[in-house]
Amino acid sequence: MTTDQTSGLAPVTADAVAGALHGFLTKRIKTELAPDQDLFKSGLVSSMFAMELVVHLEEAYDIAIIGPELKLDHFRTIEAMTSLVLRLRDAAGTGEDG
Amino acid sequence: MIADYTEHRLAVVGAGVMGTNITTLAVGHGVPVVLVDLSDDVLSLARKTIAQQLRHAQLLGALPPDRPRGGLVTSVSLGDVADATTVIEAVVEVPETKAKVLAEVSALVRPGTTVISNTSCIPIDEMAAWVSHADSLVGVHFMNPSYLIKMVEVIRGSRTGDATLGSVRSLLAALGRDALVIRDSPGFVINRLLHPLINSAAMLVDEGVASPEVVDGLLEGCLGHSTGPLRTADLIGLDNLVDSLNVLYERRKDESCRPCELLLSKVREGDLGRKTGRGFYSYGEAAS
Repeated sequence: MTTDQTSGLAPVTADAVAGALHGFLTKRIKTELAPDQDLFKSGLVSSMFAMELVVHLEEAYDIAIIGPELKLDHFRTIEAMTSLVLRLRDAAGTGEDG
Repeated sequence: MIADYTEHRLAVVGAGVMGTNITTLAVGHGVPVVLVDLSDDVLSLARKTIAQQLRHAQLLGALPPDRPRGGLVTSVSLGDVADATTVIEAVVEVPETKAKVLAEVSALVRPGTTVISNTSCIPIDEMAAWVSHADSLVGVHFMNPSYLIKMVEVIRGSRTGDATLGSVRSLLAALGRDALVIRDSPGFVINRLLHPLINSAAMLVDEGVASPEVVDGLLEGCLGHSTGPLRTADLIGLDNLVDSLNVLYERRKDESCRPCELLLSKVREGDLGRKTGRGFYSYGEAAS
C-alpha cells in the first residue's frame, strides 16, 4: 500500500475500489446504488457516460482498458468494474510490489 | 444491396462535432477517410476525439468485429479530397461558408463523385446552385453520435440524380446505416421538428417554468425520448443550434424558430454544450 500512496494513486483493494466507485457514481447520478445493480439496464446512465467511466478508471488506477477488455459487460456494475480494475492491475504487475 | 466497404474512399470536410463523428463511423467500418480542416490544431484535436470515439463505439459493440480499421489522413489542403469516391461536407451551418466550400470541392473532384452535405437546415436545392454538378449533390443528415445511431435522414434535392442516390445508399449500407429518404425542405423532417422543440424547451427554462432536468425528465419519461431536448442540444452544440435556428427562421418566418435569449446568452458566454464542458448541463468535472 505504501507504494500506492507515494505514487499518488488510489489504494487498490477490492473494498477500496468498490468504495471509490460507489462514491464516484452516486455523486454523478445522484442515486443510491447496489454493488450488483446494472447501471445500463436500469437506465441510470447513458451510453455517453459509459466512456466517461472507462476514462475515469484508467486515470484513477493507471490502467489501459483495451482490446477485448473494452466491452460494456465489464462496466455494468460496481462489482464488474472492481474485478476489471484488480485484474488489469495484477496483469500489469502493479498489484503487489508497485 | 452491395455493401462492399472496400469500394469507398471518403473525404470529410470540416473536423467539428459532426465531421469527427462521421469520420469515426467510416474508419470504424473499414472505410478510409481524408479529413480536411483549416487548422492543424483542430485536426490534432479531432485525431484524439476520433480515437476516443472508436473506443466508445467498440465498448458499445457498434463496430463490425471482422473489418480492419480504415486509414485516417488529416490535411489542411482541400485539394486532398480529389481522389475520394464520396466527399462529405460538414462545415458550419452558415450559407456563405457552405457555398464557398461546396464550390471548391465540386471543382476539385472528378465528375460523378458523390457530394454529400451534412447540412442541418439549408435546403439541398439552394446548395445545388453552388456546385458544378447538381445531380451529384445529396443531403445526408447523420445523427450524433453517428456511430451509435443507425438511422440517417437522406434528402433528395429536385436535381439529385438516380446514380447519386444509388451511390449514397451503397455507402450507407457499407457504414451499417439505415436510410429514410425525404424530399427537400428547410430543416428537412428532423430539424424542422426538433429545433423548435429545443428552442421552446430552452424558453421554458428561461421563464422559470422548469429546470433542464425536469423538462428532459418529462420528455424522456412521458414521451419516451431516449435523450431529452436540452441534453440533445448540448450534444449538438448550442452555437450550431443557433445557426440552424437562424437558417430556419430566415426561410420560414416561424417565430418558434427565432433563437431564444437563453440560447443566445449561453453562446455569448462560450457555454456551447458537451464540447466545451458546459451548456444546459455540466460535463466531466467529477471525472477529472
